[in-house]
Amino acid sequence: MGPAFYIAGAVAILSTLMVITRFNIMHALLYFIVSLLSIAVIFYLYGAPFMAALEVIVYAGAIMVLIIFFVMMLNLGPQTAGDEARWLTPRIWIGPSILCLVLLAELVYLILQPAGTAGDVITVDPKAVGMSLFGPYILAVELAGMLLMAGIVGAYHLGRQKKKIVHRFLERTSDV
Amino acid sequence: MEAHFWWVIGGVLFVLLNTAAGLIWLERRMLALWQDRYGPNRAGPLGLFIVLADTIKLFFKEDWIPPFSDKVVFVFAPAVVVASVLMSFAVIPFGPNILVADWNIGLLFFLAMSSLGVYSIVLGGWASNNKYALLGAMRGASQMISYEVFMGLALMGVVLLSGSFNLREIVEAQRGMWYIIPQFLGFVIFLIAGVAETHRLPFDIPEAESELVAGFHAEYSGMKFGMFFIGEYLGVTLVSSMIVTLYFGGWLGPAFLPGVIWFVIKTFVFISLFILLRASMPRPRYDQLMEYGWKVLFPLSLLNLLVTAAVKLILTDNLK
Amino acid sequence: MFSLLRSMWLVFLHMFHKRETYQYPEEKAPLPARWRGRIALTRDPDGGERCVGCYLCAAACPVDCISLQATEAPDGRRYPSFFRINFSRCIFCGFCEEACPTYAIQLLPDFEIAEYDRQNLVYEKEDLLINSQGKYPGYNYYRVAGMAIGGKDKGDAAKEEPPVDVKSLLP
Repeated sequence: MGPAFYIAGAVAILSTLMVITRFNIMHALLYFIVSLLSIAVIFYLYGAPFMAALEVIVYAGAIMVLIIFFVMMLNLGPQTAGDEARWLTPRIWIGPSILCLVLLAELVYLILQPAGTAGDVITVDPKAVGMSLFGPYILAVELAGMLLMAGIVGAYHLGRQKKKIVHRFLERTSDV
Repeated sequence: MEAHFWWVIGGVLFVLLNTAAGLIWLERRMLALWQDRYGPNRAGPLGLFIVLADTIKLFFKEDWIPPFSDKVVFVFAPAVVVASVLMSFAVIPFGPNILVADWNIGLLFFLAMSSLGVYSIVLGGWASNNKYALLGAMRGASQMISYEVFMGLALMGVVLLSGSFNLREIVEAQRGMWYIIPQFLGFVIFLIAGVAETHRLPFDIPEAESELVAGFHAEYSGMKFGMFFIGEYLGVTLVSSMIVTLYFGGWLGPAFLPGVIWFVIKTFVFISLFILLRASMPRPRYDQLMEYGWKVLFPLSLLNLLVTAAVKLILTDNLK
Repeated sequence: MFSLLRSMWLVFLHMFHKRETYQYPEEKAPLPARWRGRIALTRDPDGGERCVGCYLCAAACPVDCISLQATEAPDGRRYPSFFRINFSRCIFCGFCEEACPTYAIQLLPDFEIAEYDRQNLVYEKEDLLINSQGKYPGYNYYRVAGMAIGGKDKGDAAKEEPPVDVKSLLP
C-alpha cells in the first residue's frame, strides 16, 4: 500500500462526494466516471489488472456512456440543475446519510480489529480469472448467461419494428 | 534501463505527434493524388510546410468559448481524445526493445482507452449546447459503443491463438505465420470497426459535414479544434499500428531492416488504406451503419470467435 | 461488398492518371472566347466610341452596378459623359452585353481583377474603354444605322437608299 493507493483512494472518495453534491447531472456523471477510474487504479494496485481493465471498459467506457446518452436524449441540461437544487433539502438526505454513517462506523470497527494480516498482493492474470470463472463458478456464469439471454430476447421484442401497411381499404401492421 | 525507458517515452511521443501533424499533409496529398489533383504544393518542398502553416493558423485563431456552453466540460473534452489515444500507444511494441509498458493486459488497456475516447465526442457535443453538436454526439456515442463490441470480439480471436493479452507476446507468437491468414475475418471486422471507432470518413456520421455542419465539434475553434483534429490523426495512427501489431506481425520482417522500420512501413501502408477508404467510399446513412454493425459484423465476429476456439481446441487435443 | 472493393481499386488506379490541375499563376487555364469576365467598352473600326448611351445595359443589370449619363457631341454622335461599373457588385451575368444594341459593352475572357481596396473595383469610363473592337470586328453602328451624324448624312449608310424627296413629284 504505497502512496499510489492513498492518492487513488482519496480521489475516489472525493469524486464520489462530488457525484452526490453536484446539481448539474452531467457534472455528477463526470465525477462518477473519475470515481470509477480511480477504483480501477485501486484494483490494479491490488493485483487485479484484469478487473481494472474490465472496470474501465465496461463501467466507465460503456455503461456510463449509455447513461450520458440518455441524459442527452432526455435533454436534461442546466435547466434541471435548479430542480435538483430545490430537491436536495436536508429532509431528503439526512436519512440515507445516517444509515451510511452507521455502515461507515461498522467498517471502521472491522478495520480496527486486529485480524489476521492481509497477505501479499498476488497478481491475478486473465488466465486465472478465466480458469476460476469456468471452474468453480461455472454455475454463476451459466446463470448470468441465461439472464443476459432473457435480456436479449426482451430487447429484440421491444425493438422489433412493425411496418404499417396503409391500403385503401384496410390498415394493418406486419413484421418486417 | 531507466534512462532507456525515458528515451523511449520521449521518442514515441515526439514521433507520434509529428506523425499526426504530418498526416495533415499526407492525407491531403494522397487524396489529391487519387482525385487527379496536386494538393498542397506551394509552401516548402512538396508543400510540406503546410503542416507548419496549419499549426500557426490554428494557434492564432480566436479561441472562442460560446457563452451558452458548459465551459469546464467544453474545455475539458478536446483533451480527452488526445490523452486517451496517446495512452493507448503505451502498450504498442514499436520494435524489439521499443515499448513503453510491457503489460500483460495490453490489449485490454487499448480497448479501455478507446472506450474512454468516446467521452471526448459525447462531452464536446453536449457542452457545446448546440443542436447539431448534440445530434453528432448522440450518433457518435451509439456508433462507438456498438463498434467497440465487435472490435473486442474480433480481437479475441487473436488472443485465443496467441494465448496472451500482452501485445509483445502476440507479436512474438506471429513468428511462424502472421495472424492475417488464420484470422482474416477478424482482421476485416477489426479494420471496419477501427474506421468506425476513429470516426473516419466512410463512418464519419458524428461530424457528417453535409448534414450536421461539423457535428460534435461545430462550436470549437482554434487549438481546441486542433486537438480534435490531431486526435483524429492519432487515432488513425493508433488503429493502423494495432492492425499491424495484431495481424501483420508487428515489427517482424526480413532481417535486412531493423524491426522499427518494418513497423513504420507497415503502419504507413495501413494509414494510406484509411485515406484510400476516405477517397472512395460514400457515407452510409445512420441506420444503415447501425444495422450493418449489429446484423452483419456482430454475428460474423461471434462466428469468427467460435470457429477459432473450436479449431484451437481440436488442434490442442490432437497435439496431446 | 464487391462493388465497394471495386470502387476502391478504381480510385487507387487514379494514382497513375494524369493530373488535371493548372498550376495557376505560372500556367493559365485556356479560357473560351465567350467567357464572361471583365467588362469593357469597345470602339468602332475607325476609333470612335460604340456606346450611344441608351441605358439598356443599366436597365438590364440585375444588380444595378452600371451607371452612365448620355450626352451628344456637336456632330450628332451620342456618347456617355461618364460610364461607371462597380465590379464589386457585378455578377458577370452578361445581360448588359445581350441588351447592348451597338455591341459596345462586352465581357472579355479575363478574370484577374482582384483588388485589396474595394473602392478600386469601381471602374470609370477611362478604365473601361479599350482600344479594340472586341468580339465583333468590322461592325460600325453609325455606318449601318440611318441616323445622320457629322460626315454621314441620311442615306449614306450601308445598304441604305437615299431618302425620298417628299417635295418632288418624280418617282
